[in-house]
Amino acid sequence: MLRFLFSRLATFFVTFVGVTLISFAFIRVIPGDPIIVMAGERGMSQERYEELSRQYGFDQPLLTQFWDYLTGVLQGDLGQSFVTKKPVWDEFFALFPATLELSLCAIILAIALGIPAGVIAAVNRGKFFDRALMSSALVGYSMPIFWWALLLIIVFSGNLGWTPVSGRMGLLYYFPTPTGFMLIDSLLSGQDGAFTSAIRHLILPTIVLATIPLAVIARQTRSAMLEVLSEDYIRTARAKGLKPWRINGLHALRNAMIPVITVIGLSVGTLLAGAILTETIFSWPGIGKWMVDSIFRRDYPVVQGGLLLVAVVVMIVNLIVDMLYGLINPRIRTRK
Amino acid sequence: MTDMTEAAATAPKRPGRLAEFWQYFSENRGAVIGMWTFGILVLLALLADVIAPHSATEQFREATLQPPVWQEGGSWTFPLGTDPLGRDMLSRLLYGARFSFFVGMVVVVIAATGGILLGLVAGFAPKWLDTVIMRLMDIILSFPSLLLALVLVAILGPSLLNAMIAISVVLQPHYVRLTRAAVINERTRDYVVSARVAGAKLPRLMFITVLPNCLAPIIVQAALSFSNAILDVAALGFLGMGAQPPTPEWGTMLAEAREFILRAWWVVTLPGLAILITVLSINLMGDGLRDALDPKLKRS
Repeated sequence: MLRFLFSRLATFFVTFVGVTLISFAFIRVIPGDPIIVMAGERGMSQERYEELSRQYGFDQPLLTQFWDYLTGVLQGDLGQSFVTKKPVWDEFFALFPATLELSLCAIILAIALGIPAGVIAAVNRGKFFDRALMSSALVGYSMPIFWWALLLIIVFSGNLGWTPVSGRMGLLYYFPTPTGFMLIDSLLSGQDGAFTSAIRHLILPTIVLATIPLAVIARQTRSAMLEVLSEDYIRTARAKGLKPWRINGLHALRNAMIPVITVIGLSVGTLLAGAILTETIFSWPGIGKWMVDSIFRRDYPVVQGGLLLVAVVVMIVNLIVDMLYGLINPRIRTRK
Repeated sequence: MTDMTEAAATAPKRPGRLAEFWQYFSENRGAVIGMWTFGILVLLALLADVIAPHSATEQFREATLQPPVWQEGGSWTFPLGTDPLGRDMLSRLLYGARFSFFVGMVVVVIAATGGILLGLVAGFAPKWLDTVIMRLMDIILSFPSLLLALVLVAILGPSLLNAMIAISVVLQPHYVRLTRAAVINERTRDYVVSARVAGAKLPRLMFITVLPNCLAPIIVQAALSFSNAILDVAALGFLGMGAQPPTPEWGTMLAEAREFILRAWWVVTLPGLAILITVLSINLMGDGLRDALDPKLKRS
């Protein structure tokens, strides 16, 4: 296990340096001089240009620049936003809870519906339930989620008026947000209706973001269950006369979970990609919307830092999933 | 089925590869439906010039936001209604299909060619080169695909071509991983060793001996990335980073129509429905391909 841990950490470190290199390269390959871009329409004098060049280190050799960037990153210094002049690191962590809250709700919804759907489909293989569930899963898997979001807005916000169109909280409520999670902060505030408002704002974005992971988890659960259900030990369990729910729910599902956990881990990337679209449509003040807005505003330090931090989040989650996987499945950690 | 039994009676050999493939593929009803739908959509896209009642960009200023024909106020001049600028929805959707299929094809060709080449090299190369290639792919895979594509487009400038390049880069690592895994699996087999002993040079070993035996998972991946490419280009278009107006690209059409979602359902519903149906038909085919090509799942 130690050996496995060590080799995974080594890979993690190499990938981290690579990811840093890419985000470092980003600001240097965009067409146009970043300092001139920063000056905007007004332009600037030669002295000011040189001063800024020095300040941002652009007059140094590339290798020195990269070294400074890397050491800066490790100390949490990702530069400042051109637009707000705030450190990128602070902006990221101010917005991250919003994305985390949405993503957690989405993945919980996807797991809570996806695994039972997959199990039901596998147990009823070829029958009506299987076909209905798997057809819906395929539709969900093929869904352009930005369109799906618009449809839900038309029906639930427009026609029925049940849910708000955008944001995280109704305008009537104002309270401090110590955790950054609206669901928790609204409860802590003790204001009437604040919690309900938080939930009403969360429902549609959660459904939209959960759609694709839900479909993937359902499909994966079904195929893993089918594989496990044909094994000898399941036949033995049947022969022993165990109740079907015990066989399916305990004996089969436990082993079928291994590939499903991988899929859940892999869907973190999908979630963050989906968050870009979902947050943009619902004006959800999280990382995805922040990145898109910064790209449009040409706020390059933010794009650069955000890109790096998002990649690191994905890498850390993948590392954790790998570790868990090694714990659950001994065959993985001994594999060369 | 009768053809097959007759063939088996007259010639005691296996049915051809294609016939065998078709037999498995056609067992999956969804796959066949997907194939027909896909075929019809491709035909519509190819014949857009003939079928489309109007040009995709002509603006009929006296008929803006006209509903489809079956709704009150609709007319046969614009069967699926018009958009906020008075352009015919049906014509725009038909021409949009061209963009989607074109994008899908180009992206799959670029990503698959690059990915297969890198994967073959990684599979046959000395350990250090293999490690370099695979770490590089890990790095690309650490970024959420859409985010990396967005940033690449921000560097290259927003256009359909750059969106295609960005998505190819993002989809490529999957091919590299698949090809490498298949190559490593095949490399030590007897037939490869004997080809090597017989004096086959490395390129021949790579492309003629090994590659054909690694194609099954790659073909399935190609179907998957075809639909992914269509979705991602539409998503980039929707965010304003893909095809630029007035191009009738489905995602771009959705973005232009967003502010009218509560007033004119058709300008939003129809382009999305077109994306969904196209992607769904490709994914149905992909499932059929997987079942037909993956020997592990056959007869299970």
